[in-house]
Amino acid sequence: MIQPAATDLITVTIDGKEIAVPKGTNLIEAARQVGVDVPFYCYHPKLTVVGNCRMCLVELGMGAVDPATKAPVVDPATGRQRINWIPRPAIGCGTSVSPGMHVRTTTQMVKECREGVMEFLLVNHPLDCPICDQAGECKLQEQATGYGRGYSRFVEHKNVKPKRTLLGPRVMLDDERCILCSRCIRFCKEVAKDDVLGFTERGSYSTLTCYPGRKLENNYSLNTVDICPVGALTSTDFRFKMRVWFLKQTNSVDAESSAGANTLVWSREGAIYRITPRQNDAVNDVWMADSGRILYKEVRAQGRLESVRVNGAESALGFAVAEAAGLFAKGGVAVVGSGRSSLEEQFLTRKLAVALGAPARLVSRVGEGDGILVSADRNPNVRGALVVGLISSLPSASLESLGAEIDSGKTTTVVSVGEDLAAAGLSAAQLAKVSVVYLGTHANASSAAARVVIPTLTVFEKSGTFVNQQFRIQRFAKAVPGAAGASEDLLALAKLVAAAGGPILGADVGSLWRAIAAEVPVLATMSYADIPDNGLLLDGSAWAGLPFAEGPALHYAPAGGAPREAAGRG
Amino acid sequence: MPAPEQRRLIFRHIDEEGYSNDLACYVRNGGYEVLRKAVQRKPEEIVDEVKKSGLRGRGGAGFPCGVKWSLLDRKSGKPIYLVVNADESEPGTFKDRYIIYRDPHQLLEGSVITCFANRVERAFIYIRGEFPGGAKILERAIAEARMANLIGPNILGTGYGCEVYVHRGAGAYICGEETGLIESLEGKRPYPRIKPPYFPAVLGLYQCPTIVNNVETLCHVKHIADMGGEAYSRIGTPNNTGTRIFCVSGHVRRPGYYEFEVGKITMGQLLNDVCGGPLPGRRFKAVIPGGSSAKVLKFGERFKGKRKAGSEMVEYDWGVEDIPMDFDSLAMIGTMGGSGGVIVMDDSASMVEALGNINAFYSHESCGQCTPCREGSLWMKKITARMVHGSARPEDGPLLKSVADQIAGRTICAFGEACAWPTQSFIAKFGDEFSGYAQKKAAPRPDGVPELI
Repeated sequence: MIQPAATDLITVTIDGKEIAVPKGTNLIEAARQVGVDVPFYCYHPKLTVVGNCRMCLVELGMGAVDPATKAPVVDPATGRQRINWIPRPAIGCGTSVSPGMHVRTTTQMVKECREGVMEFLLVNHPLDCPICDQAGECKLQEQATGYGRGYSRFVEHKNVKPKRTLLGPRVMLDDERCILCSRCIRFCKEVAKDDVLGFTERGSYSTLTCYPGRKLENNYSLNTVDICPVGALTSTDFRFKMRVWFLKQTNSVDAESSAGANTLVWSREGAIYRITPRQNDAVNDVWMADSGRILYKEVRAQGRLESVRVNGAESALGFAVAEAAGLFAKGGVAVVGSGRSSLEEQFLTRKLAVALGAPARLVSRVGEGDGILVSADRNPNVRGALVVGLISSLPSASLESLGAEIDSGKTTTVVSVGEDLAAAGLSAAQLAKVSVVYLGTHANASSAAARVVIPTLTVFEKSGTFVNQQFRIQRFAKAVPGAAGASEDLLALAKLVAAAGGPILGADVGSLWRAIAAEVPVLATMSYADIPDNGLLLDGSAWAGLPFAEGPALHYAPAGGAPREAAGRG
Repeated sequence: MPAPEQRRLIFRHIDEEGYSNDLACYVRNGGYEVLRKAVQRKPEEIVDEVKKSGLRGRGGAGFPCGVKWSLLDRKSGKPIYLVVNADESEPGTFKDRYIIYRDPHQLLEGSVITCFANRVERAFIYIRGEFPGGAKILERAIAEARMANLIGPNILGTGYGCEVYVHRGAGAYICGEETGLIESLEGKRPYPRIKPPYFPAVLGLYQCPTIVNNVETLCHVKHIADMGGEAYSRIGTPNNTGTRIFCVSGHVRRPGYYEFEVGKITMGQLLNDVCGGPLPGRRFKAVIPGGSSAKVLKFGERFKGKRKAGSEMVEYDWGVEDIPMDFDSLAMIGTMGGSGGVIVMDDSASMVEALGNINAFYSHESCGQCTPCREGSLWMKKITARMVHGSARPEDGPLLKSVADQIAGRTICAFGEACAWPTQSFIAKFGDEFSGYAQKKAAPRPDGVPELI
């Protein structure tokens, strides 16, 4: 592991505990490291500091020194240096550590400051927690409990503000709940680079709004919902659907591009309700694109393949594999793998191709990168295919060469692992000419034309790994049970490998990884269970010369360079 | 003891018969002579004169002007800007208005001297939106000065160039706060900046070192450059040098603007001798000495303690009438000289209603950036409005004080104190009026006429 460069450490004392932290660290972060909670609303570690909520007020002091000799003044009672406490509280978010600084967070003054801010935030707050989506993950609720007085002295009328303002297609604003922390404004300006939000009106009547004629419709708009500390911004998709405390959280990875944003999939009783970003400071910080959040809808989308079919008739996996074995025996087989498959599936796909002596191809999906978290390569795992040796060069967008082989009669059977061959450029005539063994999740032209159809699982229904653009291997876990009638991808592939005369391989991720670690040099000594939650950077130097499609983005610099840690910030 | 004579330094020509605000009239009265001499000197000399003069800012805080200039980050390599704070919005204050409307060239001369002294090449006059006439006058004055080569790329042939621009605000009190003003000047919402790190002297306008000075302060710079810091410091009293314009409003016979040497006149002299005392049949009840945000003084209260007189400490025992009108004395008794707006209330005024008025102003003007001021100012306004218009409760006074205590000292800018101090002081000094307000409202008026609400 590469050690970070040594930085100047500054020692501060927080509630009597000494800690050395890097220069420039603010008091909230320093306090966090000694286990002291400094509450806040407007502060966000990934955004600029504005210091407007005043919740993080703390008491500061400096060690007393004799003005003449500069020698520390020792308090005879304690035998330690006396501390001159500053009577005016300071914000923890906007105050950087300085040598010899002392901080108190448990004094009466700090307690009163927090009680005061809490009371002020609540006087015009609607207190509609029973119908608020944020309930259960609301900072205002948590900190009112932790730091508030617990009763109200407010007998006036509360301010009335708009309750349902659509800021954009995916974000709804309840103005009465807004505490004007400006996190969403700063996010749009600083991270999404789409300066579209601002306040109008003054004082307590201030209102969040879009600039005239603009909408909050950039592809990162839902991050504002995530960072909203209260229930002011809600997702139109998730709004009023489910109480958050009923939801199970599963670690996953955004499969929409090779950026590989880390995600949390929130589900209950087999149904997914939302996807939110999961913090990974080396990949996506705490952000993800809106487009990745709706991917869960594919799980219950129309056209989901629900049964094994052989020659159009409903069948079972065993018969399908036997039918495929018959086709394999005739020879002339080609394998089309997928950059959307997990690394484990790609490993098995390679095994299948090797067993069949067939060439393996991938279909590339290159679009335009947004420079943030949707990269140009819309396949999440092309690098996985490189790592396991399924392919050795970057795929092309169409299967022209395969089409030519079909036309020439060289190829008579095509195994497609999740790729729609028609969409990848094969004509209807070509599809009609070959026997297709199709593994996939949703019906399409290939599944319609296939002799053997094996329904498989979406990324939310299985576990595995993707290798993102940084060559970082990241795990995703099964969030919900697979659709009825669908086969485990690994099981189906392992059976096909065996049917093709290949080795008998484990069909679960754990046992498969023993084979992977043994065969794939880059992954040697690794196991699935040992991959950290925030991924592991692989040695991608062997492929550094390939002309990858991705451009510079958050935490990514192309041309085999090291990930740019601070990219896209400030 | 009779009041001393006014010493009109800044307002020397304000009321003169035939004195107009054009360049010709200003030059006829010796205008721009100081600038002519100043640009022949070394800039550092002028800065030194200002430091020696002991000039304190006239905008409200009374911060020493020379110290402010010396805090400038001169090594950054960035341009230094001068911002003239002409956003005179503190209720009860109307001194800058007269300078701008009647003697704009005095401000321009002071500004250009300040620019020269600090090697500033761009100055912005930020004038409040409610002074459209003032903005026009200033723009005309700048045009005249430019024609006369007093402003422009090559001032008086010295090779030193300085441009002055007028920027009109949109009518927000918070734009008078220097960092809010800078934000507004940059074209943004005037949310005051957090300090640290955004001290104007280091990271001001466009993140460059910036001087923000009040209109009256810059006029004083002209006189300091004229007479020298040494001579200027002999006007007024030690640490409270120069002259000060008092804008007296409210229940006195002759409200208006009066310029005196700082500390040479007491509150009693100012109100009784200069302003003619209370209206017939009335008695003074309260006075706010430095603009509406300053803490109120109650006639009849005594201030006792020790103060420095020269090198020794002397006891003092003052009534409101005995307070010398200088920065330090007013600060010592718990209020402030502020902007010089003296607001007088006599026994006909209800302190609850007066505070309701002040609270209405501050809740309307709170920018809304930080929580305590945003929510606290409106809450206080709602309480006082309810007291005045509806049902007052005995516990409202203590509640008001408690709310105010939760604001002061915990906000981004000084607005927190500005909106909390009136409430804190009104409750502290007139608490009985607040606790007895419900009964007073319920009681029939002595003359039997129903109260108009």
